[in-house]
Amino acid sequence: MLNDFTLGQYFPTNSLIHRLDPRIKLLLTLGFLILIFCATNIYALTLIIFFVVCLIFLTKIPLKMYVKNLKFILPILIFTTVINLFYTNNGNIILEFWKIKITDYAVVRSIFLSLRIVLLIIISSALTYTTSPNSITTGLESLFSPFKYIGLGRAVHTMTMMMTIALRFIPTLVEETQKIMNAQKARGVNFENGSLIQRIKAIIPILIPLLISSVKSAYDLAEAMESRCYNGGENKTNLKVLKIQKSDYLAVLFFIICCLIVFLFNIVF
Amino acid sequence: MNNIIEFNNVTYNYSSEDADYIVLKDFNLNIKKGSFTVILGHNGSGKSTLAKLMNGLYKPQSGSVLVNGINTLDEELDLKVKSTVGMVFQNPDNQIVASVVEEDVAFGPENLGLPQEEIRQRVDSALKTVNMYEHKNDMPHKLSGGQKQRIAIAGVIAMLPECIVLDEPTAMLDPKGRQDVIDTIYKLNKEHGITIVLITHFMEQAKYADRVLVLNNGEITADGTPIEVFSKPEFLKNSGLDIPQTTELIFELAKKGLNFKNGIISVDDTANAIAAALRK
Repeated sequence: MLNDFTLGQYFPTNSLIHRLDPRIKLLLTLGFLILIFCATNIYALTLIIFFVVCLIFLTKIPLKMYVKNLKFILPILIFTTVINLFYTNNGNIILEFWKIKITDYAVVRSIFLSLRIVLLIIISSALTYTTSPNSITTGLESLFSPFKYIGLGRAVHTMTMMMTIALRFIPTLVEETQKIMNAQKARGVNFENGSLIQRIKAIIPILIPLLISSVKSAYDLAEAMESRCYNGGENKTNLKVLKIQKSDYLAVLFFIICCLIVFLFNIVF
Repeated sequence: MNNIIEFNNVTYNYSSEDADYIVLKDFNLNIKKGSFTVILGHNGSGKSTLAKLMNGLYKPQSGSVLVNGINTLDEELDLKVKSTVGMVFQNPDNQIVASVVEEDVAFGPENLGLPQEEIRQRVDSALKTVNMYEHKNDMPHKLSGGQKQRIAIAGVIAMLPECIVLDEPTAMLDPKGRQDVIDTIYKLNKEHGITIVLITHFMEQAKYADRVLVLNNGEITADGTPIEVFSKPEFLKNSGLDIPQTTELIFELAKKGLNFKNGIISVDDTANAIAAALRK
């Protein structure tokens, strides 16, 4: 169960998108997400779909990885689409039974909404597929760095340090959980069978040892960090300094062009 | 000033609600610059406490610990103390901070606020010293225990310490990893002149040392070269320690009337000595 667990689902295919500055990627992802909701007609949305297909090819990551993520949210997708069918009363009625009326406008709206959700998922997957968790953390720290001018530098540093350590310890905790599970299985705890309540109860003998060992690890790590001169990030420098390159400017330029075309389509059609 | 670490009448106790548990009392110890000291002791002998007093992680309740003449109680110079005396702990997983090897090694120098080029150069040379340079972009959790422990050592030497204190660094490793780590430590002492304090319960690791200390209930019960300490096997047993199998073999054979010279520790020496003794 825990073996195929990959965090952040980073795929190092070293594509053009991978090499972009994480800050630019974070901002552009946010930008594209907003742009999706700015596209009010089908032409503008089609254009965005075209951009996203290009993006998928540029990441050099197989399409099925994106589809896998979509499958995950399929129930939510179907649910919102169906709900939206009944939500609007405007437009011409195309189907009517009992008290429920479905209008053509509602159908278009639902299709729009589901397309938007799909695009949303693909774009955010593209971010996590092409950016290592570490780069995301470094990127976020750098993006939030202006906060130090209003006296929140320490808070930003603490947040990023927590993210770094959390990311670092996830594989260790997974390993630990596996060990504890095996140890408890050997003592006769049954995780697979029984009623729901019995199975929930079976989790307790995993959680308690895991909690204890995590607290102990945290204590050890704190001592190790202190021994390596950690003092809460004061005067801390970095091995890797982010640098904006030519390709980053190109990506921003590309995004601006996208925005312009989408708004143009919004007005023209 | 010849001593890098000096303990002067140090007392340290863990206080709990019921009673104070005294770990060290009026403890005195000097560690010479450039030396290789092995501290032996069974569980609960105060070894780990002693280690953590050496770089100011723990502060003595009375007496003083001096690192290059700086008192570890001096808050202002705390970073100086910690960058002079580096620490490597038992569990390799619990001392690696970042999820990429080179970023973890850079953690110490980053905290010291060094410029980027300097950090890069120190990280590369530290990784080369421990023979882990080709793993610099790997994720630590994919490495073996011995490799992780060498990364931890690299993280310490990137701060350019004068002394490294290792608290049972090989306790959780397999024999191969154990040997790699010990070889690395030995190399740091001999080639880079770094003072080593190795705390261990593996007797055979003591043969690398210039000086062996035996700690029992917070007191030094033996102090000398490995040969001097291991020539008294019964005494070691009384301190709750296992003596190296080779030493024990020699000792038992000597009791049965074979003659050996003192201070045989390694397997090869033992084999040769037994062969020589049998030929007589």
